[in-house]
Amino acid sequence: MLDLINVSYDSQIPNNVGLSSDKKVLKALEKWHPGYINWWNDLIPQNFQESMVYLRTAVSVDPKGWAKFDYVKMPEYRWGVLLAPAVEDRRIAMGEHLGEPAWQEVPGEYRNMLKRLIVIQGDTEPGSVEQQRFLGLTAPSLYDMRNLFQVNVEEGRHLWAMVYLLQKYFGRDGREEADDLLVRSSGSEEAPRMLGAFNEETPDWLSFFMFTYFTDRDGKMQLESLAQSGFDPLSRTCRFMLTEEAHHMFVGETGVGRTIQATLEAMTKAGITDPTDINKIRDLGVIDLPTIQKKLNLHYTLSLDLFGQEVSTNAANAFNAGIKGRYMEQRIDDDHKLQNDTYPVTSIKDGKILTEDVPALTAINMRLRDDYVRDAAGGIGRWNKMIAKAGIEYELKLPHEGFHRQIGVFSTVAVDPDGNIVSAEEWAKRREDWLPTKADGDFIQSLMVPCYEPGEYASWIAPPKVGIDNKPGDFEYVKLHMA
Amino acid sequence: MTTPVKQHLIDPEICIRCYTCEMTCPIGAIQHDDTNVVVDPDICNFCMDCIPVCPTGSIDEWRVVETPYTLEQQYAFDELPEQDDIALPEDAGGEEIEAHDDVVVALLAEAHKGTGGKARAPATASKPTINLYSLSNPAKATVQGNYRLTDAAGDNDVRHIILDLGRVPFPVLEGQSIGIVPPGVDAEGKAHLPRLYSVSSPRDGERPGFNNVSLTVKREKMGLCSNYVCDLAKGDEVQVTGPFGSTFLLPSDPEAHLLMICTGTGSAPFRGFTMRRQRETPGARDSLTLVFGARSARDLPYFGPLKKVPDQFMRKTFAFSRAEDQPRQYVQDKLREEADTVGALLKTEKAHVYICGLKAMETGVEEALGEIAASAGQDWAELRNRMREEGRYHVETY
Repeated sequence: MLDLINVSYDSQIPNNVGLSSDKKVLKALEKWHPGYINWWNDLIPQNFQESMVYLRTAVSVDPKGWAKFDYVKMPEYRWGVLLAPAVEDRRIAMGEHLGEPAWQEVPGEYRNMLKRLIVIQGDTEPGSVEQQRFLGLTAPSLYDMRNLFQVNVEEGRHLWAMVYLLQKYFGRDGREEADDLLVRSSGSEEAPRMLGAFNEETPDWLSFFMFTYFTDRDGKMQLESLAQSGFDPLSRTCRFMLTEEAHHMFVGETGVGRTIQATLEAMTKAGITDPTDINKIRDLGVIDLPTIQKKLNLHYTLSLDLFGQEVSTNAANAFNAGIKGRYMEQRIDDDHKLQNDTYPVTSIKDGKILTEDVPALTAINMRLRDDYVRDAAGGIGRWNKMIAKAGIEYELKLPHEGFHRQIGVFSTVAVDPDGNIVSAEEWAKRREDWLPTKADGDFIQSLMVPCYEPGEYASWIAPPKVGIDNKPGDFEYVKLHMA
Repeated sequence: MTTPVKQHLIDPEICIRCYTCEMTCPIGAIQHDDTNVVVDPDICNFCMDCIPVCPTGSIDEWRVVETPYTLEQQYAFDELPEQDDIALPEDAGGEEIEAHDDVVVALLAEAHKGTGGKARAPATASKPTINLYSLSNPAKATVQGNYRLTDAAGDNDVRHIILDLGRVPFPVLEGQSIGIVPPGVDAEGKAHLPRLYSVSSPRDGERPGFNNVSLTVKREKMGLCSNYVCDLAKGDEVQVTGPFGSTFLLPSDPEAHLLMICTGTGSAPFRGFTMRRQRETPGARDSLTLVFGARSARDLPYFGPLKKVPDQFMRKTFAFSRAEDQPRQYVQDKLREEADTVGALLKTEKAHVYICGLKAMETGVEEALGEIAASAGQDWAELRNRMREEGRYHVETY
């Protein structure tokens, strides 16, 4: 009898999908496993591989048993294949197959579309680990180092999840795609990762926090819409990934928040009230708010590009086919077919930004992006409350969606953060006011010194309010291996 | 006057609005607006499903209130309200909540009294799950085995019972207890209350990777539950509650040195501690010390297996109070014999002291520790209080 709740350790790969009785897939995964371990070993610096990290590991997908905390060496982390429990008699939630039983096998007519979506999702997972590989060397605390590694191992597990789907359901070309996921590499000239944001560097910890806040949030929205998929194994995989993804949002939101907190505390202590007194503030060993705003502008806009074209027939086809839904599809009160509905989409006519109604089916990307913008705004509000509480007059803002865009209707025009179309020259002239400069990057880099004493934090970041797993402030989240 | 009740709240300053709790709640007690995620006090039944899935820890907040905060009040929170100076009637005032079940809270408060103050978990202990199963919603376990641990010629019948939880998630840590519900009703026709037993297996199961736990139970002459448990046969079904207890726990820090002092079935949690260490850090040296008392070797549970544990892994001392042709010896006598080692250990920050067994052992052990501390130039009361505050001094007696 297959145990669908508890994780099976009877084969090399922990899983709740009955791998041991699925010899073909087990063999494919076991063949893939050494390549994965090599990829991991070549990636993260060796002394961190040997260190004991206080990580949570899924022992079961049941809410009562899935997150157990303990010290583990990262290469010994139990990556595995875990799917949320099947919903009995689950039905397709949208599109032309609405109401039909969810597919347990890949429907032939949608095979390529599905494979493409899974490969793209799978490609982002190792991509972000590659981008963040050296951050351990400059961790502002053991607490932050532990959070980084937790994010990394879970992204690694998410890669496993996608590889499982490819190998189980897509035969030979699925296996080839799985192998290629380990060949492509972030920032590589010859074989880069598929999406732009995953080829950008993550040079410092503020970038990491901004990345987890903004870019991982795109990941969350994508997973949410794939969790609606009529292809049940994909839906179940993504539903379980979402529980882990929440931790990544947490690292981002609190990381930026704690950076701001340190700045506010240092300003108060030094009696500085003018947030634009940048040099004086930087002399305190903290990051000034205007620079934080610039970093925010950069990462937010790179992440918006991940949503693709506002009007997209690919997205329409995927929705109509029942392959990919909308954010919280089940909570939306409409016919879930969108044959006759419209949705407002931004466009540019005669040098002006307008919205016009287009068939809702073609505006799936736009809608997901709108949901994303709302979701992303929540944390900004929280940060602004901290700033107000400290008595500093400054407000962080999400820039206009047209600002600094490479993909979609705005890619052809220059838009300032307030949403005005400006000339390319004007934009270039003011670029340094809006986006981080090399000098800003150098300054942030100068603060990136490791702080490896339990309970201590680098100057530019405040300690967290609550420890992971309710641990006390001086808990040794990573027992560093000193070679 | 209204009776105070416990209310589940979410810390709005820590919560990041990922709504994972809301999606996990099986009965729809959690909802959100654009700023806060809140718990409906009329619906929440403390099932705890939302606790482990929260990435931030903001979910694990409790207030004792006379009138629960309404949803509107919770939506308006910028930060969590302070705890007013009221307590649940049965609460002994510990920092960590040991159980959500009033009777169990009282039992554990009594068992931990010997610590001399509020019991605290070791700083590096894993976070325990408590009260996943209660009397109204017990877990079903199947007996996998029941073995007599003491010699047939011994004075006591102590048994090693293995319970298989099957597919029921039952995350229990070494040192925690579970409740066993004896079947049937009492003289007044009411169902029996559960009895508490420390688990004697480590967190990953009596057998690693298996969802089973073991108990160490002594048959008491008139004991309703102990006779029930000691008579269980393979295949019998048992109703289990818990896990309970959030302070008498094993530090995760492999450097922590455990001084474990026990008598009889008080050895149960220490078997769990030792097995956990054996599985996690089998190469560890000089970080476990066991002082174990019984009437005689025949009456000492696990005497055979214990002798096989190498001395470098765990220093073991046995005290026998009824051994033939030998003077009566108690655990405190052995502590005094080892005064130099124990005294040196107590001076370090690595030392974690655990005392477990019959209430009667408490006084003697504390006196011995007091003398040892004094001869090493330390004030025992001060030392004990500091160790307790730091989660390094634990007593569980019954």
